Amino acid sequence: MSAATGNPSSAISQRSATSKTLDTGFILLTRIFAAGVGILLLWIAIIVGIQAIPAIQTFGLGFITSSTWNPVKDIYGAWPHVYGTLVSASIALLLALPVGVGVALFLSEDFLPARIQNILVFVLELLAAIPSVVYGFWGIVVLIPTMRYVGGLLNRTLGWLPLFALPPGQTEVTGPGMHVAGVVLAIMILPIIAAISRDALISVAPELRQAALGLGATRWETILKIMLPAASSGIVGGTMLALGRALGETMAVTMVIGNAKAASTSVLLPASTIASLLANEFAEADGLQLSSLMYTALILFGLTLLVNVLAEVIVRRFRQI
Amino acid sequence: MSSDTKSSSPTETVLKTENASVYYGNFRALQGISLDIPKQQITALIGPSGCGKSTLLRCYNRLNDLVKGFRVEGKISYHGQDLYAPEIDPVELRRRIGMVFQKPNPFPKSIYDNIAFGPRLVGYKGDMDDLVERSLKQSALWDEVKDKLKQNGAALSGGQQQRLCIARAIAVQPDVILMDEPCSALDPISTLRIEDLLQELKQHYTIIIVTHNMQQASRVSDMTAFFNVEMTEKGGRVGHLVEYSETQRIFQSPTEKSTQEYVSGRFG
Repeated sequence: MSAATGNPSSAISQRSATSKTLDTGFILLTRIFAAGVGILLLWIAIIVGIQAIPAIQTFGLGFITSSTWNPVKDIYGAWPHVYGTLVSASIALLLALPVGVGVALFLSEDFLPARIQNILVFVLELLAAIPSVVYGFWGIVVLIPTMRYVGGLLNRTLGWLPLFALPPGQTEVTGPGMHVAGVVLAIMILPIIAAISRDALISVAPELRQAALGLGATRWETILKIMLPAASSGIVGGTMLALGRALGETMAVTMVIGNAKAASTSVLLPASTIASLLANEFAEADGLQLSSLMYTALILFGLTLLVNVLAEVIVRRFRQI
Repeated sequence: MSSDTKSSSPTETVLKTENASVYYGNFRALQGISLDIPKQQITALIGPSGCGKSTLLRCYNRLNDLVKGFRVEGKISYHGQDLYAPEIDPVELRRRIGMVFQKPNPFPKSIYDNIAFGPRLVGYKGDMDDLVERSLKQSALWDEVKDKLKQNGAALSGGQQQRLCIARAIAVQPDVILMDEPCSALDPISTLRIEDLLQELKQHYTIIIVTHNMQQASRVSDMTAFFNVEMTEKGGRVGHLVEYSETQRIFQSPTEKSTQEYVSGRFG
């Protein structure tokens, strides 16, 4: 070995012991943090589960389909709240998805000068940061009067549908209700869907757009047949995230849904969700009522878990096609 | 040749470029280009990076229209029609002048749907299965994919993907195929397959190919245009056409000294 090449055998193990200890320590630290996230989740689930045991033992699985919620007789059933949770989230998704994807498209194409577009994207992200109590307050002040009118219009024109019917004797839509909650939720999740869908759309390879245009596709054909399908996994992912938010949203919904413990087919009537039930009753509950609330919380936990798993599955499937 | 042939050249001109200059905003990318592309021959555009050969290629199917601030001065005509006349619909034009890109860019769809994409846009009424098969056969890919037409096009190898892109371009039955360094992302064997394919495609199509590979230009093309970059007084760079002739002549006895230097590998 010549002197110019140095001594390779000694050069390999020259790092100091402190540096190595730091490395090992750092790896250990990241492991603890990573495990912490899982433990926290499990811990919450276990605590809620333990507290729910008396209710689970008393009512069994029938709890989910039973409609009675009577603290005086100590009989509880979660159906109106499960139903309200699912319906209000569905209304929100139904309204927010088309608008959200439309906004995302508008802000990902070059319809606007870049500067105005950047400002709009910033505003969109700001919308997602508004606290939900503010949305709720705005819902009470602005949305309830507006939706009373819109709901009345729906009832007069489409009242023959059970969805927009009012009970006999009632001719006017009272203020709060499922429809108001649905619209508030839609407005709250719109920025999530729009922002994530826009990210997915602008990350589609520009070569694909050029290929489509090069084959004689118009801008709209390119968007509908290439850009949207290519971004679909991101759009579905964003939608599921939004759905998770809509299922669990508490404050704004509690403020505008009317908190009626009945599952009615009509969306124009007051209703309640699991989250609003918890917010309303938790402070004064004890005994079996508290345990029943924990049981509903467990159901909500399960629902959001289901949505997230479903999202993961769908995103993977879209990626393959 | 029949007596009504306009010029004395042996073949018809498909794309005629007359003193064309191309600008992106205030930046002049190409200056004073005059170039006639003959029918059913392969024309190679060669030259160092930044000489504007890809820019010129994208003028022919108006893909540059997407770039903000782009404009052309002078005249580019397709079968005698001014390409940049207001009545020309770029969408319609791109159906006649297809393009194959530098990086293979199949759609994330099945092989079948990749090829059927263009024909479906124009509402193709014939037998789609037959058209897909013919296009894949023409692009020498049929034997490799005939049993997996439902598979995702992105799952093919790079060379296969590029032939899929060629098949996709052929399926709309264009008149001209523009190729922007179609082999630059491929290995030598895939490159040779595509070069062989070009010889067959030229029976039906007029082909313009941009390439950095001079051996490729000399192997595949009938005509070669050499572009170079020159500095302007203000320090900018602008591309211009140095020499345009039969490929054999460009490579063996070019008129210009810079052409001679470029093709012999002394710069670029």
